[in-house]
Amino acid sequence: MEINNEIIDKLADLAKLDFTETEKVALQKDMTQIISFFEKMNEVNTDNVEPLIFMNSHENILRNDEPKHEITHQEALLNAPDKDSDYFRVPKFLDK
Amino acid sequence: MENYISYSQISEALNSKKTTVTALVDQYLQNIESKKHLNAFLEVWADEAKAAAQQIDKKIADGTAGKLAGMVIGIKDNICYKNHKVSASSKIIENFTSLYSATAVERLLVEDAIIIGRLNCDEFAMGASNENSAYGTVLNDFDNTKVSGGSSGGTAVSVQAQLCHAALGSDTGGSIRQPAAFTGTFGYKPTYGTISRWGLIAYASSFDIIGPVTKSVDDTQLLLSIMAGADEYDATAIQEPTNDFSFDLGTQKQRIAYIQETLDMEGVQPEVKEATFKLIEKLKAEGHIVEAISLPELSYVIPVYYTLTTAEASSNLSRYAGMHYGLRSKNAVDLETTIRKSRTEGFGPEVKRRIMLGTFVLSSGYYDAYYTKAQKVRRVVANKTAEIFKNYDFILSPTTPTTAFKIGEKSNDPIQMYLADIFTVHANIVGIPAISFPYGNDNENMPIGLQLMANHKQDAKLLAMVKNIRPNIL
Repeated sequence: MEINNEIIDKLADLAKLDFTETEKVALQKDMTQIISFFEKMNEVNTDNVEPLIFMNSHENILRNDEPKHEITHQEALLNAPDKDSDYFRVPKFLDK
Repeated sequence: MENYISYSQISEALNSKKTTVTALVDQYLQNIESKKHLNAFLEVWADEAKAAAQQIDKKIADGTAGKLAGMVIGIKDNICYKNHKVSASSKIIENFTSLYSATAVERLLVEDAIIIGRLNCDEFAMGASNENSAYGTVLNDFDNTKVSGGSSGGTAVSVQAQLCHAALGSDTGGSIRQPAAFTGTFGYKPTYGTISRWGLIAYASSFDIIGPVTKSVDDTQLLLSIMAGADEYDATAIQEPTNDFSFDLGTQKQRIAYIQETLDMEGVQPEVKEATFKLIEKLKAEGHIVEAISLPELSYVIPVYYTLTTAEASSNLSRYAGMHYGLRSKNAVDLETTIRKSRTEGFGPEVKRRIMLGTFVLSSGYYDAYYTKAQKVRRVVANKTAEIFKNYDFILSPTTPTTAFKIGEKSNDPIQMYLADIFTVHANIVGIPAISFPYGNDNENMPIGLQLMANHKQDAKLLAMVKNIRPNIL
């Protein structure tokens, strides 16, 4: 399948990434090539085959729902790109 | 420095007072300094390692030391260690400090291992040559013009060059085994779920696993026995006890299959093929049954692998949004630009390419044709593999089609780079254990790695078999 500019723009929107025009040209070429390579899977007959989703046989490993404080308020803020003493700071999202 | 091949030698030297943990740490620190050009370590925690060494020397004197006293370990830069930086070799979390330790690391520390630093890798473990690190390529210590392999390049080279005794990597499609093959070390990918993924930065969660690079099978067994086991923080970890990795094969003859396609494929280096046949003949001479089988599904493993891992990656990496941690663009002025510009500035080209591919295969209209199709083919490969294990105990192949390639040789051709994983992704697609062990050298004296795989949860048996073939790097 041919990956065109329109698809690149749509995917970039979904993935929240920006690309320059030069990057888009390279990406179109690479993705077209790689996705054609993916299409090799169509040679495999998968009629009546269930998708393999979980890699282990056990399911529903449950534990008691006990509240725990595993990190402190200050630890939670430790890696924040911007913060005040209590909160994460972010650019203004809403105009009045 | 004395080249200790296995931890038992270190332990003996410590008990007979031939050395101390402090002396060992000092020697590794010197080696790290003299081999700085390899770019294996992104950060070395020297003072801390020295302080820990002193404490552990005291514990040895008191007779209270743990099972790994004197074991100096490096960890891949995608494994968390509390109060230490971890960056996944990416700019997007360059200054991130872990708030907790990975379960694997925690268990090593309890047994008095020393974590000496964090090791370079491909950004978010995406790559096969370590050329995708935001902090530069790792050089192969046997030939500095060649790649270390990847994504756990720093991990493999740190053991190859004696910068630490053993190291942890992660393996999503061969990221431990392929660099191990390129550096003449042992690289182990356990059965999926053997070691908790808690504290391992996620790439593709249904494939990812932590594993060790070592110089001996004994050390692989030892480290596994300490890191393995259920963990309340990872519901995908195997629940039943898995801590005993010793196994007596006895004199029973084993049934080994080798996949004909792995030797007939175009691009397999002649010496790699020869090494495989040499081992086949040796095993036959020892009385084992070794037979060629055909696995035509091998041509689909790379498409399945990249369809599913890019899908999982696009989802896992959506958390890097410039909001609560990590890089925030200076040009962020609102919600959209905070997320979008931070991601655009923070991620490298291969990571972006995989996020885009993953977004494509998960997008409306293409989901069934690519993502669901790949999950179905994954089951076909799993069923076919289960069939093989009805008749055989092990599957043998080269780890990689070639020995370590030149730096820059494949970096402009993503498909060629993806094909470097062709023999290793099989184990991750199916979730079975696999090991790469050194078996001879090519004409340029670069190491050749061979791979042995076993059925689910047959880790102990697999290690016992490799121990018979090649117990250590000597």
